[in-house]
Amino acid sequence: MGNSQSKIRVLIAKAGLDGHDRGAKVVARALRDAGMEVIYTGLRQTPEMITEAALQEDVHVVGLSILSGAHMTLVPKVLKLLKKEGLDEIRLFLGGIIPDEDKAELEKLGVDGIYGPGTSTQTIIEDIQKACQ
Amino acid sequence: MPVIHAESVLNGERLALSRALTQIENNTPEGLKLLEALFPHTGKAHLIGVTGAPGTGKSTLVNQLALAYRQPKEGNVLPRVAIVAVDPTSPFSGGALLGDRVRMQDLAGDTGIFIRSMASRGSLGGLASATAGLVQVFDAAGFEIIIIETVGAGQAEVDIARLAHSTIVIEAPGLGDEIQTIKAGILEIADILVVNKSDKPGAENTLRGLRNMLSLAHPDGDQITHHGEVMDIESPVDNIESGWTPPVLPTVATNGEGIPSLLKELNNHYRYLKSSGTWKIREETRLKDQLESLLGAALRSRWENRISPEIYQDTLAKVINRDLSPWRAVDNLIQGADL
Repeated sequence: MGNSQSKIRVLIAKAGLDGHDRGAKVVARALRDAGMEVIYTGLRQTPEMITEAALQEDVHVVGLSILSGAHMTLVPKVLKLLKKEGLDEIRLFLGGIIPDEDKAELEKLGVDGIYGPGTSTQTIIEDIQKACQ
Repeated sequence: MPVIHAESVLNGERLALSRALTQIENNTPEGLKLLEALFPHTGKAHLIGVTGAPGTGKSTLVNQLALAYRQPKEGNVLPRVAIVAVDPTSPFSGGALLGDRVRMQDLAGDTGIFIRSMASRGSLGGLASATAGLVQVFDAAGFEIIIIETVGAGQAEVDIARLAHSTIVIEAPGLGDEIQTIKAGILEIADILVVNKSDKPGAENTLRGLRNMLSLAHPDGDQITHHGEVMDIESPVDNIESGWTPPVLPTVATNGEGIPSLLKELNNHYRYLKSSGTWKIREETRLKDQLESLLGAALRSRWENRISPEIYQDTLAKVINRDLSPWRAVDNLIQGADL
């Protein structure tokens, strides 16, 4: 094992009080099949828990799945906490039910990609690979 | 990428620690330098291995164990706990899904705990090749307890016993009859055996089967203090390990049942290791293993740099045509590299 090897590490988290994580699991699985190391944290994560996990796992990307409509509260909080911990380099991707009128503001806040139902996993994979170059 | 200073890791800065772990996992020159700087500060932590078949409840048990270590006790300074959780890398895509944190959500918010997931990246013994390096970083950073959770292991993934001071093997009810318990492999490496999910049917049978297995392996077990209190045994030096009879403990990790007994046995085992001299022997063995595996890797990479691809391809073609035996081919290839 003389060679150094690096992998894209992604944290997939369900933020807030959502009841199901099928979409998050589909994405996690697709990223795994694309050769990434995916840390899956499960349901009902607070912004504090997500930031702590991102710090401990030294990930390149955090993928948040939010179906509850609380994205305008949760996303700014996650971004703020990441910054506070010195993790500004981490790229944030968002999946779930996000109304069009919120997208521009979220992107302005620093979200790198927003994906609704029906997005091809290939699109997400390519966007993450591009963001991590 | 800012430079990571070994001092920051030693001072317990969490971001520096996390980035150091990445460099070491990726086997970069910077990681190597860090390991070198941190090495003199290692050797203090109690390394606890947790292994067992997939689905026996390893992560849930690790979660409970970490909570128990962090439970405030009178007059005690709480130990800091690091967890290294290994999950398998896909042999097809090279990717991995690391899901052990899902069972460890109770530990969030405690800055005395640090959890790091890692993918096995092609290693077959239940750990990743960089696991020992990550453990050394945590050790140097002052974590007194380091829990290493292996991939869901079958019968022969026994690398953990070489790395850890105390190895917990987790079984669950209904996974096989008594013949399984006398086979070689994973059960042999246990310092403590746990039957998790012991509220499920069949747990009594599993407990009995394991206890019978141990009475075969340790026929003099009844002459020593059974549950491993500090023991004063005259045992020949070459047989020093026989002074410990692994206890068999029932647990229900989902609700914490049996965890206090497990913690007590871990502390007993720690005292036994220290008082019997086994701690020192295991440390020596571990460092010797590490040295040999580094030496092997270094020799191989030196050989790879020196052998010409033509000679290699030529030799390989001869072996494929059966003009040359693989054994003779190895001789030729080593001579061809002029090491």
